[in-house]
Amino acid sequence: MGADVLEETTLQKRAWEAAASVPDPEVPCVTVADLGILRSVTIEDGVAVAQVTPTYSGCPATLAIEMSVEAALRDAGFKTRIERVLAPAWTTSWITEEGRKKLHAYGIAPPQESSNSKRALFGETAVTCPQCGSTQTSCISEFGSTPCKALYRCNDCKEPFDYFKCH
Amino acid sequence: MQDRIALLAIRLADDHLVLGHRVSEWCGHAPVLEEDLAMPNIALDLIGQARSLYAYAGEVEGKGRDEDMIAYLRREREYTNCLLVERPNGDFAETMLKILYFAAYMEPYWQAMTGSKDETLAAIAAKAVKETAYHIRHAGEWVIRLGDGTEESAGRMQAAVELLHPYTAELFENDDLTAELANAGIASEPSDMRAEWDRTIGAIFAEAGLSQPDVPFPHSGGRNGEHGEAMGFLLADLQHMQRTFPGASW
Repeated sequence: MGADVLEETTLQKRAWEAAASVPDPEVPCVTVADLGILRSVTIEDGVAVAQVTPTYSGCPATLAIEMSVEAALRDAGFKTRIERVLAPAWTTSWITEEGRKKLHAYGIAPPQESSNSKRALFGETAVTCPQCGSTQTSCISEFGSTPCKALYRCNDCKEPFDYFKCH
Repeated sequence: MQDRIALLAIRLADDHLVLGHRVSEWCGHAPVLEEDLAMPNIALDLIGQARSLYAYAGEVEGKGRDEDMIAYLRREREYTNCLLVERPNGDFAETMLKILYFAAYMEPYWQAMTGSKDETLAAIAAKAVKETAYHIRHAGEWVIRLGDGTEESAGRMQAAVELLHPYTAELFENDDLTAELANAGIASEPSDMRAEWDRTIGAIFAEAGLSQPDVPFPHSGGRNGEHGEAMGFLLADLQHMQRTFPGASW
């Protein structure tokens, strides 16, 4: 009995590590664990069950992420099942500190609170330039290359950059 | 109660799918590159919200229908979206105003639904409310920019208001279904959104220099499946693949 529990804990840890290493297909510098998309991996009757949550309602990568996690678990030798979990809803505050650092190093400004007020018509949000650290930046487009990003420009170093929307 | 929840989820999903389809028609046709990114992004949000709702409706109604079957295999009279969202896109001013009118209604609706006793609807709402705030901001900025712009842009914006305003009253109509679900703590009554909608639109119109027209005869009927002539053409486009190759998937 004791050995079984130990065995299961080890298996669960191995399964988590396999699933957690999957990179996000659209922002490959971070993993699904960094983003907080991978909620849990448990072993149920010998099957690794991964709970995955979508980021944005219309994120086209949701299915790709689920398939990648499934493949990673299979490659690690597990029988597997993916469950899509909606509640509670994912928010950008689930991105880990590690994940935020990786985004920044990759050239994507991590999400900042208070940037999504609907009252902020023409309002300015202090988004920091990931290249030079200046806060003198301006929004070029609310909608960027993927649903999770907006397009910004640094007024000091003049570089355009992606901003991960606060959600 | 489950079948009532399914009906409401389908009604909400129909609004979002039809508007999402309309907005997606701009893909590749928007006036500037940033808008060509923004339009499909907004469409993705709307269609994503519709998908979650259809999938949930299929689950709770228990008839073995998935999201695709509900979206692709119903006829025009079975669609219960409001008339506003099915309106043809018209010019850029008309499209932006349509997005704004709808988002200004949905934002307080989703906000209220985050407290729904139905956990799945609450979770869908928690995500959607943030996306909807973006839509209000983006479309609102354009309505202000165009309304407060040149003589040409202001004229077109006001013309869009005259054209679409008669379709807004339908958003706030209550019926037996909404009353029942409000009593059960599942979803708010549409009429509860009126005050917040008036505030949002009022503030934006004041800045844009636009005025709200009197509407003696508001349009209605979408919730009962009575649609305008544009709807059949929209569905012909939307459902073309499934009607031509039944069961096709990829």
